[in-house]
Amino acid sequence: MSETAEYAETAPPGKGDAAPAATGSKTSRTPSPWRSRLYRWDIKASPYVFVAPFFLFFGAFGLFPLLYTGWASLHRLELTNLDDSTWLGLDNYTNLLQSEYFWNALGNTFTIGVISTVPQLAIALGIAHLLNYKLRGSTLWRVAMLAPYATSVASASLVFTLLFAWDGGMVNWLIGSVGFDPVNWRESSWGSQFAVSSIVIWRWTGYNALIYLAAMQAVPHDLYESAALDGASRWQQFRHVTIPMLRPTILFTVVVSTIGATQLFGEPLLFGGTAGSKGGADHQFQTLGLYLYDQGWINGHLGRASAVAWLMLVILLLIAAVNMLIARRLRKDR
Amino acid sequence: MKTRTVVPKGKARPLGRKAGRTMHAGPFTYVVLALFTAVSLAPLIWTAVAASRTSGRLAQTPPPLWFGGNLFKNLERAWTEASLGDAMLNTTIVAGSITIGTVLFSTVAGFAFAKLKFRFSGALLLLTIGTMMVPPQLSVVPLYLWVADLQWTNQLQAVILPTFVSAFGVFFMRQYLLQALPGELIEAARMDGASSLRIIWHVVFPAARPAMAVLGLLTFVMAWNDFLWPIIALNQSNPTVQVALNSLGTGYIPDRAVIMAGALLGTLPLLLAFILFGKQIVSGIMQGAVKG
Repeated sequence: MSETAEYAETAPPGKGDAAPAATGSKTSRTPSPWRSRLYRWDIKASPYVFVAPFFLFFGAFGLFPLLYTGWASLHRLELTNLDDSTWLGLDNYTNLLQSEYFWNALGNTFTIGVISTVPQLAIALGIAHLLNYKLRGSTLWRVAMLAPYATSVASASLVFTLLFAWDGGMVNWLIGSVGFDPVNWRESSWGSQFAVSSIVIWRWTGYNALIYLAAMQAVPHDLYESAALDGASRWQQFRHVTIPMLRPTILFTVVVSTIGATQLFGEPLLFGGTAGSKGGADHQFQTLGLYLYDQGWINGHLGRASAVAWLMLVILLLIAAVNMLIARRLRKDR
Repeated sequence: MKTRTVVPKGKARPLGRKAGRTMHAGPFTYVVLALFTAVSLAPLIWTAVAASRTSGRLAQTPPPLWFGGNLFKNLERAWTEASLGDAMLNTTIVAGSITIGTVLFSTVAGFAFAKLKFRFSGALLLLTIGTMMVPPQLSVVPLYLWVADLQWTNQLQAVILPTFVSAFGVFFMRQYLLQALPGELIEAARMDGASSLRIIWHVVFPAARPAMAVLGLLTFVMAWNDFLWPIIALNQSNPTVQVALNSLGTGYIPDRAVIMAGALLGTLPLLLAFILFGKQIVSGIMQGAVKG
């Protein structure tokens, strides 16, 4: 931080253009009504000019589509005939709520979300704790840990599909060599959900560990010292100092991972191989994100896909509300 | 250290060693970290191993654990047959444009939110942060209708424009500039009669440069790996890397070794960026985390 402040202070005079700026100051001090009006206008308008490009793009490609999706969800809108939409009211929603595949996808999203988020955050917390010690080559550890984050969903899923292959797959070979029967990771229900979760866990654990590490480094050192004076062991310090101090960060990662889990799409799509958007022969790992894509771009019902999108938003808002309630409860307990 | 003799026996240990983060890691810590790092890196290394073998060998048990001699043949097939060469050029254009747009507009808007007073600034910032949580699925249907209407299907601007700016970027730059840019510096420039544009160029950009670099790296990684919208807006005739990898995975080319060569090619540029700028990327994520 100090480096930047120093940089900022020295940079403008360092540039050759500082001189014209200085001469400009002389003219502005002599009262020229036109110039001072221009100057005042500049002060007033420039903040809006600076935020305008962002909000133009943001409104056009973020906010407007969000609302339009709600409108589209009330219509019959087919991929084959984009210009023709007929008003349906809430039919798309009632159809979805009666569809067994929608509930199946919702259930799968929940299960895969839990079995990927919980271990991911727990491991990340432990790893962050270890990274918080004085380490030799600490940067190297952090960078190596983050390498999966640089791997795309597509690449990671292709590799894991092969690792979990029935014939010649690394995982089946490993569990076979310790005497267990091979598992059909794509066809079995729990096996496929575990395999899909493992991709998520692999890609995001290191990232979350870094977030926890950042929060741990902000914990005041005195707290550990006084805990040590009271005779707290390492584990007790972790349990009674680190975890409570990290509570806001943990809540933050829970919210972010939950949002990520609700949108899960690429991993099951590629893990399904040629079955793709169906999420396996029995839809055993079809998530909500996959179901939306299947409805919209494979079956061609864009109106229905929009309804799925809005139901996803409702679910997210519910999760956010529950999170807020828990956060408030935790604060009261303190 | 002298205190040790005074303190009762049970309390000697915690005092003798320093607590918390100043504590040196023991061998146990190194072993666990090494194991975790191995698990992190193994799939990446094995991708290269598999890409250097033949499809037939990959179907046999036990799976190959060391490199074979087919790497360049497989890479070449992925490059041409799965059009990964074109795809990588496309993705470079897409991710490059998105990075430039995001960094530029985030810095300017972040500066306005951090240092300038204007009406509704609080409400606008709240709106920006609020929509960071909205999933991209909520806008794909209208975006698709739009792209079809403009006849942009299969053209790169269809993937560039919707992610050209980022709410996270604006927030990230705002948090950084709040601290890194002293208000007196802007005041001084104003006293000298500098226009707002001049202030942006000579004061804000130099002060924001480290954060701009980090935001640029994070944006490039995200844009390179974007999946959902590109596979809806583009197809195999003009793909990004992710679109090409998706069609590889869904049976476009059934050869396992070529698929792995494709996965390797699609990740290689980012791994290279990690080797060169890993430290900056790590510090960027950690910075965003504390303040976010």
